[in-house]
Amino acid sequence: MKRTLHVSLEQTVPSMQAILKGQGIPSWKQHDGRAKRIAEDAISIYRENARPVGIILEITKQEFQKIFEGEGRNEDDSPVKLIYEGSDDLALFAVTIGERICSEIARLFQANDFAVGSMLDTAASEGTELAAQVVENRHKEYLIESDKSNSRNAVLRFSPGYCGWHISAQKKLFSALHPLDIGITLNDSYLMQPLKSISGVIISGKKEIFYFDDTFSFCRDCDEHTCRERIQTIIDQ
Amino acid sequence: MDLLRELSEHLQNGDAKNVAELTQRAISEGLPAKTVLDGGLIAGMSVVGDKFRLHEIFLPDVLLAAKAMYAGMDLLKPLMIKDNIKTAGKVVIGTVQGDLHDIGKNLVAIMLRGAGFEVIDLGNDVSPQKFIAAAEREKADVIGMSALLTTTMPVMKKVVDLVKEAQLRERVRIIVGGAPLSDEYAREIGADAYCFDGINAVDCVQKFLPRNR
Repeated sequence: MKRTLHVSLEQTVPSMQAILKGQGIPSWKQHDGRAKRIAEDAISIYRENARPVGIILEITKQEFQKIFEGEGRNEDDSPVKLIYEGSDDLALFAVTIGERICSEIARLFQANDFAVGSMLDTAASEGTELAAQVVENRHKEYLIESDKSNSRNAVLRFSPGYCGWHISAQKKLFSALHPLDIGITLNDSYLMQPLKSISGVIISGKKEIFYFDDTFSFCRDCDEHTCRERIQTIIDQ
Repeated sequence: MDLLRELSEHLQNGDAKNVAELTQRAISEGLPAKTVLDGGLIAGMSVVGDKFRLHEIFLPDVLLAAKAMYAGMDLLKPLMIKDNIKTAGKVVIGTVQGDLHDIGKNLVAIMLRGAGFEVIDLGNDVSPQKFIAAAEREKADVIGMSALLTTTMPVMKKVVDLVKEAQLRERVRIIVGGAPLSDEYAREIGADAYCFDGINAVDCVQKFLPRNR
């Protein structure tokens, strides 16, 4: 069943600390009044322009296998494959905070308001991640309420373009999910518009299936290693 | 205090209003546009770049200084055109075809302008042919390409190949940037440099185009 999820704006408003960190400002410097004022402006513009919305579609493992394989360009060994194969439930998802905020960022740069524009861009990226987290959390609640999962299980999302799952899988993901329903399109380079959008799969299953070491060949090229934090959140639950 | 030093300091503080006022005063006092540009605005941005490299200041500070720089440049530009003053060099820049991410590219363009280069910004989703046409038309010294998607990185190689085909490679340097790129990738496709941020792009282009070449 496909569901459109209206995400509360307030749940996606990024923290000052997250924005300043995203701007490369270390914690010891984050008390700087000027940067904080710019971040406050960015948050205020974010509130005026962000329109978070998500879409979600439960699918079977067999259906997802085709989507995961995409155009046949995945890495030979992807942790996502191992995880979804051991899962109990799979759902495709897409979220966006809308086009208005992207237009506003462009307008600020046009007006030479580079600092606010750049800060808003960071705020919008953080806000999109928070919107994806809200969708993930809501899906977890839904699974528990509908007896498809229990609170001991874990839920994590993965996106094409990361962890050995090639971005070209977006094409089949979009064919199945139709995120155009919430205004997201895909171009020939597998890039979503509005830019501040996230798509992927939400995987539910026993906690153990999500544990993996970041020693895959492609992990060397990854700057973020956010998998470590994500796995830790599961361990902490 | 010396007018140009004062101008430089206000620029470093990101004070666009005072930079505009002092630039106007410098023009009114008869200082040549090139002197105001080099001794006030570019000198200020150079200090900003140094402080950024040393992590004494951060991106918002640099961008406020850039806004102040533009406030002064807006006043100097008509005079520079009138006096036929050459810029430090010309850079054609864009985000490659299929990619719509332009924040990184915009920041590089801002920093290059701040360092006195003329920047022709082609925007995003720029085809290889458009890069070449612009480089030829503008007699560019440098082509700068940005990509944030691994799927669009191969477009950069196409541009490098077309530059060679158009026999422009002798005079056009090529810089590339974007999150998935590296020095190694730049070398592999035949680009001259990989630039990891706007300040680094200025360093690279300055190395290629020394001011007194």
